[in-house]
Amino acid sequence: MGKTLYEKVWEAHEVRKLRNGQSQLFIDLHLLHEVTSPQAFGMLKDLGLKVRYPHRTFATVDHIVPTHDRREPFQDPLAQSMLEALRANTREHGITFFDLGSGNQGIVHVIGPQLGLTQPGMTIACGDSHTSTHGAFGAVAFGIGTSQVRDVLATQTLAAQKLKVRRINVEGRLAPGVYAKDVILHIIRHLGVKGGLGYAYEYGGSAVEAMDMESRMTLCNMSIEGGARVGYVNPDETTFRYLEGRPYSPQGEAWEEAKRRWLSFRSDPDAPYDDVVTFRAEAIAPTVTWGINPGQAIPIDGRIPLLEELPEEERPVAEEALAYMGFRPGQPIKGVPVQVAFIGSCTNARLSDLREVARFLKGHRVKKGVRALVVPGSEWVARKAEEEGIAEVFREAGFEWRNPGCSMCLAMNPDRLEGDELAASSSNRNYKGRMGSPRGRTVLMSPLMVAAAAVAGEIADAREVFGIAVR
Amino acid sequence: MLEKFTLIRGKAVPLRGEDIDTDRIIPARFMKALTFEGLGRYLFYDERFDEEGNPKPHPLNDPRYQGASILLVEAGFGSGSSREHAPQAIKRAGFRAIVGESFAEIFFGNATAIGLPCVTLAPEDLKALFQRVEEEPGLEVEVDLVAKEVRFAGHKAPLSLPEAAREALTQGLWDPIGELLEAGELLDAFDRKLPYPRRAE
Repeated sequence: MGKTLYEKVWEAHEVRKLRNGQSQLFIDLHLLHEVTSPQAFGMLKDLGLKVRYPHRTFATVDHIVPTHDRREPFQDPLAQSMLEALRANTREHGITFFDLGSGNQGIVHVIGPQLGLTQPGMTIACGDSHTSTHGAFGAVAFGIGTSQVRDVLATQTLAAQKLKVRRINVEGRLAPGVYAKDVILHIIRHLGVKGGLGYAYEYGGSAVEAMDMESRMTLCNMSIEGGARVGYVNPDETTFRYLEGRPYSPQGEAWEEAKRRWLSFRSDPDAPYDDVVTFRAEAIAPTVTWGINPGQAIPIDGRIPLLEELPEEERPVAEEALAYMGFRPGQPIKGVPVQVAFIGSCTNARLSDLREVARFLKGHRVKKGVRALVVPGSEWVARKAEEEGIAEVFREAGFEWRNPGCSMCLAMNPDRLEGDELAASSSNRNYKGRMGSPRGRTVLMSPLMVAAAAVAGEIADAREVFGIAVR
Repeated sequence: MLEKFTLIRGKAVPLRGEDIDTDRIIPARFMKALTFEGLGRYLFYDERFDEEGNPKPHPLNDPRYQGASILLVEAGFGSGSSREHAPQAIKRAGFRAIVGESFAEIFFGNATAIGLPCVTLAPEDLKALFQRVEEEPGLEVEVDLVAKEVRFAGHKAPLSLPEAAREALTQGLWDPIGELLEAGELLDAFDRKLPYPRRAE
């Protein structure tokens, strides 16, 4: 009987069984940022402990970083104190820190892959739920809380309970104008925001195999929104092509050896799964949310559901969503006016996202009255986008070109919605108040759909706005 | 020695709503802090207070539920972010247990690791408990982790809690760091064996 990648990675990292039946799991790579680590360092100090393997620990600053004016001290003294705490903690414990201006600062889930820190067969942990992003490389990567950040700092291990594995196949070819973001919103819409509870999601099938690495990252990034703790794709030639030559990737002889090792983690053809679900790629349209969780999504040409069309258990949240969003049941989502357009976040702020939008945006203008921001995922992405002329395309179109960080996605910095503004957003969460205003509204979509909304001044079909032929 | 959680007894606050996410439990702007101290006052802040800071009608603002130690919730509680700030805020607001239909995984793990039991009841038992507590806000509720039941108004409803978490809580072993540290040199063997990112020369 074969094994899944999840099973193989687990076995390779299981230090021992704990008395309560959980496993003590060794973590290859620990990523830190400024929001969930200071309390962990505080706990470490109280216990008189040190960081056990600082060579496995890397830090950056992303959540609280202003994206407009990054001169220090920041306007917000609390944000400044968090940055300084991270600087002091990483210095004291000998941890590599990609600080502002280092050339490698950025959103933690953007820089890990970009630097080659993220590799197949690894266990990866970070005090951020979107750590599932790194599963795109065939790593088992999960978000943890602050007490667990302390555990990993002190022991490089976690107490963990094994998950079941659901194989999600996406078969066929995505239509033009349809992206990984639409695929994951489609999956969550069908399996539900609680559908992944207790599962790791393994994504496969011909449409996933055809995706580039950055699309796979988008897919795995939002596994958590579907209730799954972990999402991954088996490593293949696409993975290796992406990793080759990156600063922390193995080099020379070690490279060939690493590839052999990485391939050995792939799920076996006869691996047993606890569940298998298959979607058709051709059936997926550009998808947008209409509610207050990422499962409340519809195709762009769809209508907001009538309550009676929904399963009974979904109706209370749907009613709450309609009241919050100010939408009517049965209303088309297309044509809803937007005040803000945001391209950024760990879901969609990579170079390929920005390239794809720029390709279509050239020659278009952001509608008057729409506040449009593009926030690159890292200093490296920003630099490349400047060199390639992408930044200029955004500026000419009327987007503000900002400095890297998490920005409006959770609004721990000055970027936020005001009042009940509605944002077309490439981020991952449309929760009430998520973008910094207790009444602010978020409609999730692909970066190209955000650009279309910015140009049209309303929620629009990017294929119509940018003249993309539908097959 | 850590506290042992065997029986939690007290008033319960009924908090209706499915899929309540951690952004609602504690909005991100209150996470700009270097410690978890004082987080209790920001629990469900945007649902409890308007933009001027005036209290809105909310079970947590209802004087009849003041001093409650048990939080009643529905399904999918704690979805979203991995912020431990969420269970920390609940614990620091005085709650000693959460009773619901289902919990998001990271939230559940975080809550357990700080000694905040999250137990589930069958939907019909949970419904009955909500109704009784809404009818009689001062009702005493008991969450018994040893007998594995929730008791209220003469009812005994069987509770579910993964055995590993239940043992950890009842035996005072809910913070695993002591046991993790015991692995000692075994860890060095893993560190030597498993490749890690090395900077290219």
